[in-house]
Amino acid sequence: MTDNTTSPNGAAVNDKPADAAEPVVELRGAGKAYGNVRALHTVDLAVYPSQVTCVLGDNGAGKSTLIKIISGLHQHTEGEFLIDGRAVQLSTPREALDKGIATVYQDLATVPLMPVWRNFFLGSEMTKGPWPVRRLDIAAMKQTADTELRAMGIVLDDLDQPIGTLSGGQRQSVAIARAVYFGARVLILDEPTAALGVKQSGVVLKYIAAARDRGLGVIFITHNPHHAYMVGDHFSVLRLGTMELSAARADVTLEELTNHMAGGAELAALKHELAQVRGVDVDKLPEEKDLAAL
Amino acid sequence: MYVFFFAVASPFREAGSLANVLYESSVMGIMALPVALLMIGGEFDLSAGVAVTTSALTASMWSFQLSMNIWVGIVVALLVSLAIGAFNGYLLVRTGLPSFLITLGTFLILQGGNLAITKIFTGNVATDSISDMDGFEQAKEVFASEISIGGVDVKITVFYWLVFAAAATWLLLRTKFGNWIFATGGSKESARAVGVPVTFTKIALFMGVGAGAWFVGMHILFSFNTVQSGEGVGNEFLYIIAAVIGGCLLTGGYGSAIGPVIGAFIFGMVSQGIVYANWNPDWFKAFLGVMLLLAALVNLWVRRQATRR
Ligand SMILES: Nc1ncnc2c1ncn2[C@@H]1O[C@H](COP(=O)(O)OP(=O)(O)OP(=O)(O)O)[C@@H](O)[C@H]1O
Ligand SMILES: [Mg+2]
Repeated sequence: MTDNTTSPNGAAVNDKPADAAEPVVELRGAGKAYGNVRALHTVDLAVYPSQVTCVLGDNGAGKSTLIKIISGLHQHTEGEFLIDGRAVQLSTPREALDKGIATVYQDLATVPLMPVWRNFFLGSEMTKGPWPVRRLDIAAMKQTADTELRAMGIVLDDLDQPIGTLSGGQRQSVAIARAVYFGARVLILDEPTAALGVKQSGVVLKYIAAARDRGLGVIFITHNPHHAYMVGDHFSVLRLGTMELSAARADVTLEELTNHMAGGAELAALKHELAQVRGVDVDKLPEEKDLAAL
Repeated sequence: MYVFFFAVASPFREAGSLANVLYESSVMGIMALPVALLMIGGEFDLSAGVAVTTSALTASMWSFQLSMNIWVGIVVALLVSLAIGAFNGYLLVRTGLPSFLITLGTFLILQGGNLAITKIFTGNVATDSISDMDGFEQAKEVFASEISIGGVDVKITVFYWLVFAAAATWLLLRTKFGNWIFATGGSKESARAVGVPVTFTKIALFMGVGAGAWFVGMHILFSFNTVQSGEGVGNEFLYIIAAVIGGCLLTGGYGSAIGPVIGAFIFGMVSQGIVYANWNPDWFKAFLGVMLLLAALVNLWVRRQATRR
């Protein structure tokens, strides 16, 4: 089960044909309550090798909560969480990593004061030498980090600079490159494109496709139905903590997805509101195109 | 600074004075090292000063009251010191309370315990002299001897200090554990999320302070043969100050092991220099305060540079 999780880059793990494969990670009626706040309730989700499962939903819908259960940061309080068909209760992110599940967190990406390369390998450092003098293999780590980051289109001339000095998008890219590198079987990305520009977003989407082709199961969380539709095989829409839609790519169009995300009727109301706002402001604001860009 | 005192105080120029400065620096510097590592790991320990005394008292009274070989007392003291560190660390990670509160509690417990328990066993505020006990000479050789270099007697703690500082530097920069210390202090949640054993790291750091307290406690015991049970109060701040002057961030995540060495050396120079220059020793505290504020401002600047968002 975990025999290939130690190999970084997790080359082709999936030895079964994709259609006959069992889900690597599965939630059955899972839920999570933070004290009195019920953030997630009776959610079903299955992640298959070589498939991209997109999770969409509004702010506060419970997307981050969902992936924090799978990545071992929080424990589910109801239902079942299965890895390779076996029910588990992960108590630390380390356990999830050891099972080959790597995550890019929306809010917990990096340690700002530490150098880029140390951040890249944090928690999974490369070492050399026997025990009493076992030490970090700094040269190898810098080399690997540099290669992986270049592959993401990020060229840094100094990997020793604190990661806090990078731009938000660059930091996010480092976190993604790290997860891609260490994610042996399942890769979870929580709104990876939110802080990124068009070009970097494109790179991330390509990465997601590449990870899928290598046989990884990918969970891709996003606000952007267009991004989701470009790479997704399965779409789950969360709404106030419950699963509103769960459909395969063949059963849903981009239009429908967008509608579901905004919540159909709400979208119509929103359009109406926007028209009003625009009606008021058009006279006062000289530059109408700025407003249209909103 | 060295040049300054060298110029204004003629006795400061003798080689023996340098040995004194180094000795003063080393006793404080040995403790400043684990305190600095703990601070890089994002916590601090107010019980560190009295813990030194606790360790010395434990070794002394255990051996004396039970008439055992002094080495038995030394081992017991080590266990007690590590246990105090583990207690601080465990309570911290289990409760999530700030280390200020928890170690303030430990500080009071130890301070009161030191005095009360010593009084129970000796009826006095100091322990009985252990200089004629089995193993004393041997232990003194290890913890409190002097080594002559070019006619100048240098206390052995100076060498330990430098060796420990080198070891701490290696630990911080060249090992996994060092990486975890920085990460735990820099962003505990992020560190945990990528699989760093944050709990283990914190407890280990507190136990490191315990080990330091044991070592310095043993040095004090074998230098003076007896221990004053009220000693050590206030030293915890000196350790923290040495670490901050040496560039460690009070909020964690940044610092070095060389920093507190320099901090402790400055401390040693100033405290001895003022004596040699025949100034009023009261200036020492004022001077320390100025240094601390300056260091804090530099730290602030470093952090701003590193985390502009
Ligand atoms: N640690 C926490 N303690 C208490 N409540 C929480 C906690 N984390 C999240 N919640 C609550 O759970 C609900 C779902 O939050 P979650 O972060 O999963 O949303 P999200 O879908 O990721 O939103 P976003 O798109 O803004 O990232 C929210 O109502 C939030 O207030
Ligand atoms: Mg979220």
